Amino acid sequence: MIEYALIFAATCYGVALLLDLWRIAKGPDAADRILALDTMVINVIALLVLYGVWRGTAIYFEPAMLIAMVGFVSTVAYCRFVLRGDIIE
Amino acid sequence: MSIFAELIISIALIVSGIFGFVGSYGLIKLKDSIQRLHAPTKATTLGVGGVLIASMVFFHFEKGHISIHELLITLFLFLTAPITANFIAKTYMARNIKEDELPPSTSSYGWSVYDDPPGTEEDQTRLL
Repeated sequence: MIEYALIFAATCYGVALLLDLWRIAKGPDAADRILALDTMVINVIALLVLYGVWRGTAIYFEPAMLIAMVGFVSTVAYCRFVLRGDIIE
Repeated sequence: MSIFAELIISIALIVSGIFGFVGSYGLIKLKDSIQRLHAPTKATTLGVGGVLIASMVFFHFEKGHISIHELLITLFLFLTAPITANFIAKTYMARNIKEDELPPSTSSYGWSVYDDPPGTEEDQTRLL
């Protein structure tokens, strides 16, 4: 039963990644693209944890944590670049 | 693993998958940029939260100990999601909304999107 639920959740997050990619390609404003990139980071975190449950190992939590941190820093850096024209003033 | 634990894990996984999909579907469905800011919060809280709850229950019944890593990820996402949303909203405002379209800030400084922060020396003396 867990396997089918895992496949369902992974499929949902895969389709969600494709929808985010569509918003990145189309998005009329820079804010939309940054928002879609941030959503992609969150979906990838969920996919990594799902893969860890699938393989039955706890080694994928550290990558998920690192991707969460790098995603937050990159989102803030991109926003600051659009806002101020520079990342560190 | 008992059937009860499998049921809890499966329900958490299915709910999180649905919410993760809804978050990204709202991202392409909603019309305005500010409206779109609302949709992925579902994927952040309920989507990733459901996956992490399922993972905690799974590893509790599989390995027999409670793991804290998942709570760390949840805590970090909950801490950073408002900051990210604030920055994205400011980015949208700085590029699309003029300064005179906003109401006054009712303080001695303007809105932080358009004005420099109060950091010069005469500002500090005025604050004192």
